[in-house]
Amino acid sequence: MQPINLENAVAMIPDGASLMIGGFMGVGTPERLMDELVRQGKRRLTVIANDNAMPGIGIGKLVAAGLVGKTIASHVGLNPQTQRKMIDGSMQVELVPQGTLIERIRAAGYGLGGILTPTGVGTLVEEGKRKIEVDGREYLLETPLRADFALVQAFLCDYLGNLVYALTARNFNPVIAMAATTVIVEAEHIVPVGVIPPDHVVTPAPIVDYVISHG
Amino acid sequence: MDAQTIIAKRIAQELHSGMLVNLGIGIPTLVANYVPAGTSVFFQSENGLIGTGPVPEEGMVQRRLTDAGGRPVSALPGACAFDSAMSFGLIRGGHLDMTVLGGLQVDEGGHLANWMIPGKMVPGMGGAMDLVCGAKRVVVAMQHTAKGKPKILRKCNLPLTSVRPVDFVVTELAVIAFPGGRATLIETAPGVSTEQVLAATEAKLVVPERVPQMHI
Repeated sequence: MQPINLENAVAMIPDGASLMIGGFMGVGTPERLMDELVRQGKRRLTVIANDNAMPGIGIGKLVAAGLVGKTIASHVGLNPQTQRKMIDGSMQVELVPQGTLIERIRAAGYGLGGILTPTGVGTLVEEGKRKIEVDGREYLLETPLRADFALVQAFLCDYLGNLVYALTARNFNPVIAMAATTVIVEAEHIVPVGVIPPDHVVTPAPIVDYVISHG
Repeated sequence: MDAQTIIAKRIAQELHSGMLVNLGIGIPTLVANYVPAGTSVFFQSENGLIGTGPVPEEGMVQRRLTDAGGRPVSALPGACAFDSAMSFGLIRGGHLDMTVLGGLQVDEGGHLANWMIPGKMVPGMGGAMDLVCGAKRVVVAMQHTAKGKPKILRKCNLPLTSVRPVDFVVTELAVIAFPGGRATLIETAPGVSTEQVLAATEAKLVVPERVPQMHI
């Protein structure tokens, strides 16, 4: 893990990059990274996340600023701007059931060639997918989903990069941390090594590439 | 009693101590207000919590603790937090005793459509498809009609949420279940006749000789 300042961290992200971003309706989204992406005016980003939050919050800031070319999400219903851009064609939206989305990300991070899920069988979701029968039940083969960058929000990060999350701000964060080439963490508190007991570490330090420094 | 209260109170009667239950947004959320006295239920919020409690007092909001709609909640003693993979493992893996969801349409065979109106409203399915697919019992909480038009139809014309039939539907007029894949009138609301239910329903309902009234 390397400490890095906010501006330099975001400068690593090129236009057109794919980003996995933690958060559920903005809870657990790294807001300083969102603000800096907007300030640096990135373009044509692919955003993989549970949702698009709401205008003015989390990923909603990226959508409002026109940074997002495509989003892969489970729900965009509380962001009218995403809905509008989807209808006028200025933004591509791929909707994936939430349990399938998180498992596709997990599959990539855990080195699996995909997962078999019963969710979506017989619905619009099965279009174009392979169906596989196991012990008499039908499943959809859902392929792994990875990204260039994971933008992770943590509650505690120690000097090595071990991470702890808080309450419902955990959501997609530990899973996306496993599935991206470069992992950038924005932590609420940076603490000395030893403050986090080994049994409480959720994301192990070697997974983390950069931690945004304070100030 | 208004429609939403009738629906929420009736569904709350299905709760028993020790159950793990997921409540959707809208009418389903209200079910938590009518948990029977002496019953202790684990409520799951799919954003990563078991043990969801009531909205905290003014000034006591913890911004990292919300429900699946992003609204502040509290956590009850014994609550636990987890990531989204665990959350949907609980849902898909057969660990969830009951889910209560809203509905746009339900058909004669118990199939639910509740996630999109093509060309009009495409919010995304969120966790609904996994919930209908994986919960042990699936309950739909919805008004019987929308703008005077039946929502319980012969066949859904909106995209389905799952091919797995729901267990039962509770409206302000009736309880309808699907034994053997056939829509069956189980109970009527107080003061509502079987004829009124049939008139507000497009699906062909099986009507047993005796249809009890909801006790709410």
